[in-house]
Amino acid sequence: MTSIDTNAESAEMPERDPNAVSITINGRTVEATKGELIIAAADRADEFIPRFCYHPRMSPVGMCRQCLVEVEGPRGPMMVVSCMTPVAEGQIVRTETPQVKRAQEGIIELLLANHPLDCPVCDKGGECPLQDQAFSHGAGESRFVEEKRHYEKPIAISELVFLDRERCILCDRCTRFADEVAGDPLISFTQRGNNTQVMTFPDEPFASYFSGNVVQICPVGALTAQPYRFKARPWDLEQRESTCTTCSVGCRTVVQSSRDEILRYQGVDSDPVNWGWLCDRGRFNFQSVNSENRLESPQVKSGDSFETTTWSAALDTISRTIRHAAPGSVAILGGARGTNEDAFMWAQLADAAGITMRDAQLDDGLPASIFAYPQATIDSAAKAATVILLAPDLKEELPVLHIRLRDAAEKKKIRIIEVSARETGLTKHAWRSVRAESGTAVTAVQQLFADSAVAAQLASGPVVVVAGRANLAEAAEHTMAAVDAVIAGAPSATVLPALRRGNVRGALSLGLAPQNGKDAAAILEAAANGQVDCLILLGADPMNDVADADLARRGLAGAKFVVAIDTFLTQSAAHADIVLPAAAYGEKDGTTMNLEGRVTNVVQKITPRGTSRADWMIAAELGFLLGHDSGVTTIADVQKLMGKKVPGFGTTTTSVAVKRDGVVVTIPTPTRTPFVAPSLTPRNSYEFRVDVSRKLYDRAVGTITSPALAGLSVGASITIHPLDLERVGAGEGANVRVSNSHSSIVLPVRSDEKVPRGTAVVPFNQPGADIRELVRHGDSVVDVRIESM
Amino acid sequence: MARLTEENVRLAREIIGRYPKPRSATIPLLHLAQEQDGYVTNDAMAHIGELVGATSAEVYGTASFYEMFKFEPVGKYLINICGTMSCALMGGEELMHHAESRLGIHMGGTTPDGLFTLEKAECQAACTEAPCLQVNYRYRFRVTSENFDTLIDQLQAGELNDEIPAHGTVASVRQHIPAERGVGAVAPEDVTEGPAWLDGKAAL
Repeated sequence: MTSIDTNAESAEMPERDPNAVSITINGRTVEATKGELIIAAADRADEFIPRFCYHPRMSPVGMCRQCLVEVEGPRGPMMVVSCMTPVAEGQIVRTETPQVKRAQEGIIELLLANHPLDCPVCDKGGECPLQDQAFSHGAGESRFVEEKRHYEKPIAISELVFLDRERCILCDRCTRFADEVAGDPLISFTQRGNNTQVMTFPDEPFASYFSGNVVQICPVGALTAQPYRFKARPWDLEQRESTCTTCSVGCRTVVQSSRDEILRYQGVDSDPVNWGWLCDRGRFNFQSVNSENRLESPQVKSGDSFETTTWSAALDTISRTIRHAAPGSVAILGGARGTNEDAFMWAQLADAAGITMRDAQLDDGLPASIFAYPQATIDSAAKAATVILLAPDLKEELPVLHIRLRDAAEKKKIRIIEVSARETGLTKHAWRSVRAESGTAVTAVQQLFADSAVAAQLASGPVVVVAGRANLAEAAEHTMAAVDAVIAGAPSATVLPALRRGNVRGALSLGLAPQNGKDAAAILEAAANGQVDCLILLGADPMNDVADADLARRGLAGAKFVVAIDTFLTQSAAHADIVLPAAAYGEKDGTTMNLEGRVTNVVQKITPRGTSRADWMIAAELGFLLGHDSGVTTIADVQKLMGKKVPGFGTTTTSVAVKRDGVVVTIPTPTRTPFVAPSLTPRNSYEFRVDVSRKLYDRAVGTITSPALAGLSVGASITIHPLDLERVGAGEGANVRVSNSHSSIVLPVRSDEKVPRGTAVVPFNQPGADIRELVRHGDSVVDVRIESM
Repeated sequence: MARLTEENVRLAREIIGRYPKPRSATIPLLHLAQEQDGYVTNDAMAHIGELVGATSAEVYGTASFYEMFKFEPVGKYLINICGTMSCALMGGEELMHHAESRLGIHMGGTTPDGLFTLEKAECQAACTEAPCLQVNYRYRFRVTSENFDTLIDQLQAGELNDEIPAHGTVASVRQHIPAERGVGAVAPEDVTEGPAWLDGKAAL
């Protein structure tokens, strides 16, 4: 019934691997693999070789020369850089001879010649590879008595990252990362010789979505992150390993705090997931947890404002409302923000109280039956022959998945076929990239598959479809039907659901998926029609997140009683009758499920703000008051209950049992029915088809309440092809009227030749006029007129 | 600040066409930009990046490695006086002092009229003719204070316009090489056989 993929590699082969190479390090025999570097083999054998530039996830460059070791050669021992030298059968490596020591001490002395000894005021001091290795592998003294090199310090190379060139040892880690991993080579070595320095182009900042990683991998204090500068010393930090839940990639992190305040997240290398990388939104939105605007106590609506109340009074009111509600008139929206345990306990409560109206998505994803297709993992996608993208721009929505697929495409491991309405971050890495106007993905897939070269490519090996909601102004059925079209052409294809919300897969799998087809849109419509007596918003903000703004407004106005459980008083929570403060990320233990179904743990590191509680506690308490006592008092109780009730969960998925890489859980889902793309009326030639898609930085609550990220959103605008702009007759940046039969708004217009003719791209949920006014749920696609003013 | 002119973009595309990888044309295009404006402007670097498929930062990183690419306006005539061994022994230092006082600027500076920039240079490979200098990379040998003054007078009077072009560049980017006369370089990943001189033998 349930298969648990523990992700373990296949069992050891009894006969010797033809790629095995046997070498000797410091007299010990070490088994290595052909092509492996000496330094990597030594790492596995616990023989530490000092290094600065070497990073296991990037190509070796031999910049710093710190990893010099002695290798026995035909003419006696010779010094080699162990990060550039591959192992060879019978190789004899010595890492601790007097000659090696002398060489390593020499390198440290040279690196320190120009490095300021400002460790006491340097953020890196205490966790600095240069500091540590100067102690462990340095001579302890310098013969350098001259004046050190001086630069202005520090300079901001982006809104988030500061560069102190005096401290830089030119290891090429940041510049290599920007080029190889992030694909944003916006920093480069400039000048030459003694003046060599890392620098951006004048007036073009290092505005990469991944810029925080360079701070983490910098082996000295040259790169520092604005949100953490001078906030703490490393030895004052406590840390626990956790999982980022900003999006559904599920990157492994450590949460670091001091004096009960979260001060930093750092990436942790999980081989099947994030390889140690994080996006800046995930890395820096810890500021949101510390925000002064957090909800601290239950609030009850009194007139137009809120009054503080007690938990018991608030929960009592809610339970009475639910008890007196007409049968089938209670609804739960949300749950994707919390843990598996939160979602499970709310689903338990819903089951017991007969609440059938529930949806963890806000009409902004795909139907939950996307999980009913044969499933892929990030690793299987990165190893497939062909990856077909029917997804939003992954760089904007699931940034680290973008990194993994970009890496696989760059290394020519996979071929990407992209079907999208406009160019994305992966377009230039795609083998084929076709522009399909919104609403035409099915036809585009069928045409593509008719090409014999594509057919040959599909037949050459495993096919993975990455499926997500590319355009919020396009019915989700278009994407689902396109997935069906792919499966029709490549029956063995597997699907990687690219849904964005942190624990959306967990919430949908654990019981917060719509029942009887009544999804968020239907629930809001019912509320608008006065059929919802009690609407519970579980970390959901329909006013900002539902693509149909009018529906969200009508739904919230029509619901007779609204309960908002949230960390902030969001725009939707402001409409609530009762607001309950929820414990935020880092304030509760539990597990989460990423987009592949991988269960990992999230941890509590600090005390929940005010009297805020974890969502599961609120559900348990409410259940008790409604006469459905689940008998749980601790997170372990919840997990025990989950193990009993949810196939796939059990002793291996408790927050104690799951280790770094987690376990991929497959929860049986109802069989899928084929989707048919909604009918399409042809676009009038003077109209534009709207592509409403997310940017990494928008008005999401965790972003706008993080001061470092709040200013990074691009702002509302509409972007069309330059020739279309000419036709509209407006100048670049001018305000234009955007209208259709539903409404009319004013947006600044921009031009970009990457946007196809007839398409208009509008970022979602940005400060400024709201395109959602022109979107109606149930519209197949959205066409608008653009007029100059 | 200027991007490449339309005419130069045409030339740039021809230059890019000579290489299997567009990025390989970065340095020739930087020469082109310098020839156009006398120095490499930020706009030109951004433009070159667009043409060869690199970011502006990468173009800047490459360009700034080379001292002969200038990022600030230089005079119409760039005078490089050699300061290396042979020239130093034969009076290069004195020549520099003289040049400074004659033009009223320090080494590295530009005259207010924008006509001359003075620079100290490393060996120009004309040791037998020391001390030597270059004006826009055109040689002058065995330079004394007197014939330095003459040179300046002639340049100011425009008498050497034919011999020494303004903002002279060292590269032959102006060469039009018809496609059929090009080398037809092959992209590195397309090379399947060893070089001809190996005569079919295995490499090393």
